[in-house]
Amino acid sequence: MPNRLELTGITKQFPGVLANDHVSFAVKPGEIHALLGENGAGKSTLVKMIYGIMQPDAGEIRWNDEPVMVANPKAARKLGIGMVFQHFSLFEALTVLENIALGMDAKIPSRELESRIRGVMETYGLALDPHRTVATLSVGERQRIEIVRALLLNPQLLIMDEPTSVLTPQEVDQLFTVLRKLAAEGCSILYISHKLHEIKALCDTATILRAGKLVDTCDPRQETSRSMAEKMIGTGLKDIVKAAGRTFGPPKLVVNRLSTGKTGHFDVPVDNVSFTVRAGEILGIAGVAGNGQNALLDALSGELIGDDSEAITIDGLGIGLLNTTERRRQGLCAVPEERNGHAAVGDFTLSDNSVLTARDRLGMVMMGLINSGAAKTYTGRVIADFAVKALGPASTAGSLSGGNLQKYIMGRETLQKPSVLVVSQPTWGVDAGAAAAIHQALVDLSMAGSAIVVISQDLDELRALCDTLAVINMGRLSEARPVKEFNVEEIGLLMGGVHGATEGTDAIPA
Amino acid sequence: MELTLAIIITVVGASTPILIAALGELVVERSGVLNLGVEGMMLIGAIAGFVVQFHTGNPYLALLCGAAAGMAASLIFGFLTLSLSANQTATGLALTIFGTGFSALAGSSYSARPVSLMQPLFPSDLSAHPIARVIFGYSFPVYFSFIMVVAIWYFLHKTRAGLILRAVGENDQSAHSIGYSVIGVRYMAVMFGGAMAGIAGACFPLLLTPQWAERMTAGRGWIAVALVVFASWKPFRLLGGAYLFGLVMTMELYAKAGSGPLSAVPSELWAALPYIATVAVLVLISLRRDASTNAPACLGKPFLPAN
Repeated sequence: MPNRLELTGITKQFPGVLANDHVSFAVKPGEIHALLGENGAGKSTLVKMIYGIMQPDAGEIRWNDEPVMVANPKAARKLGIGMVFQHFSLFEALTVLENIALGMDAKIPSRELESRIRGVMETYGLALDPHRTVATLSVGERQRIEIVRALLLNPQLLIMDEPTSVLTPQEVDQLFTVLRKLAAEGCSILYISHKLHEIKALCDTATILRAGKLVDTCDPRQETSRSMAEKMIGTGLKDIVKAAGRTFGPPKLVVNRLSTGKTGHFDVPVDNVSFTVRAGEILGIAGVAGNGQNALLDALSGELIGDDSEAITIDGLGIGLLNTTERRRQGLCAVPEERNGHAAVGDFTLSDNSVLTARDRLGMVMMGLINSGAAKTYTGRVIADFAVKALGPASTAGSLSGGNLQKYIMGRETLQKPSVLVVSQPTWGVDAGAAAAIHQALVDLSMAGSAIVVISQDLDELRALCDTLAVINMGRLSEARPVKEFNVEEIGLLMGGVHGATEGTDAIPA
Repeated sequence: MELTLAIIITVVGASTPILIAALGELVVERSGVLNLGVEGMMLIGAIAGFVVQFHTGNPYLALLCGAAAGMAASLIFGFLTLSLSANQTATGLALTIFGTGFSALAGSSYSARPVSLMQPLFPSDLSAHPIARVIFGYSFPVYFSFIMVVAIWYFLHKTRAGLILRAVGENDQSAHSIGYSVIGVRYMAVMFGGAMAGIAGACFPLLLTPQWAERMTAGRGWIAVALVVFASWKPFRLLGGAYLFGLVMTMELYAKAGSGPLSAVPSELWAALPYIATVAVLVLISLRRDASTNAPACLGKPFLPAN
């Protein structure tokens, strides 16, 4: 049988970067093929060329054994290539039906389209109400729209870009069932992910890219997660070094019945949350996106100020009424989820971004004047210690790739040696090597006696990194327990809102 | 009775140009572009319509040329903001200043030279009865404005092209990644808005005052822009809003005439009322969160495709 898709010598040059350097591989009909690589390895560029968003500078794309020029996404869809993007290209103010209609190239009467949508949903077990407005849907449901949209075109190749990063374990299982069913029907799947155990569970073949070059094509079932990760980064992978038998100090950050008001239309507020983090402890907060994580981070960092001083205390000192700057002075630093525009100002230099959060703690401002020398020195240290790929302290934050900007932000906060650090999604979109470095920095900080809260959707990360774990669902937090006592099944149920015996909204601080 | 009918007819006349211009701007804003040059495009349409009416006496040709002139002016705006990604607010303001100056220059030799008003669309025996006159006594642009309310509503909500236009205004990056031409759609919308503003402008010499006067649109373009927000980007609400403003402006005329209970209030206050109402409406809408969320999410932001 001819290959469904075959790439030969694909090369793409961007100013200053060779994004793809003679990449060649093939996908067979009905094969689930993984595309692996660190950030900036060239996966997205490659996929964009297959889907017609960009054109290769050199090389050939063969589709069912015929050489093709994929001029644009419309042409790709016509060939039978569907794509589900990592960042959904959905229109929030429009309904599910309207969103799907926009993705269809042929004009289909809306009644007929609706019946076809219902047909696809039934076949693959994807439940959705076509008349709901997208803004009211969860992330998992939004992804289902994208999948339904792609499936309506009866694709022969489906490209999935990091599809599971926002799903609960149960939703991941459902997705895999759909993908396996599709593959069994002969549809090829090109699956991009960082999560190596998922690739082992799902994929038949893995193509690994590093710095734009193809380094290996292997059978993931014959490999270990570790061996694939090492191929991705090209060197041995470091484990998180945690001193055995660590003991925790006295309670450092105590949150007692913290609630926030509803600020936006689709915002989930925090509802009566209590927990305690001791000195040296890392508390993980798991949960599906959009369950109050942002409100919790804002309430802890001081972006949302409550009405009870004692709702949040550090070393017994109530900080519930302080603003972000005052909380930073008290030793509480925070890293929000959104890097560009929230954690950092894209148009500012890294040096200026350092001044924004470290000025008080590190004395970068004297009598209202910025001590640019101190800011530059500190930024240089962050860049060196966290291996940030940047030209120097004078490069703008917006010029860094997502993963590098995250390394910079994490470095900027941890090197301030805060006594309490709250981070959201510390390694989202960061490659394995950099993630290991960030994890180690958090562990080192905790060993120096800081209390750390990590809010993440990545369960593997939380289980590897944290000492205790709690789950947030609809703004309510389950009881925090040692991470070893949880199994994935139970966390998944808590994430989905099944509290059972561990009903934890009124948990008394341990 | 006679007075009431006369008031209704005046209100319709005053409301029609505002409604036509605002309908155009509504489509433009739904595509994600904020064109503050409505007043300027109206003035260019007004002088074009006047000149054609003066020389040919054909009001339909005058409306058509008004539309063409407004569209041409909107293309300047489109080229600067869409092709060159210039700031939309600044470019729109510049367009209004340009339109004011250009129309004054082009019209300088036409001052105090009257033209004939546009005749009613239906034969006069149909509108012999006073009540019938309220329904059948208007010229073409009035009926056109009503048809356009329905047509634009239908276009936006019932056609695929309208869905694409809303999608482009809602999330330009997604529309681009699906494969729609964001810039192309916006050019069409901006040109449509220009044509509508041009027609609205041409209504002034053809329907209201049959001569050329500098700045004869007197800020109605700005009211049209505010009305779009007032109507939360919905065509039927726009109809209500335009007639509300038309009513208030007519009150001013009757107050000035110095008869009846209206003259108890100084006419200057009536004259200021539409503008005060505009400010009040904008403040009220900003306070109501759910109403402002109806705004197209990409309104006023230039589109620069990622990568």
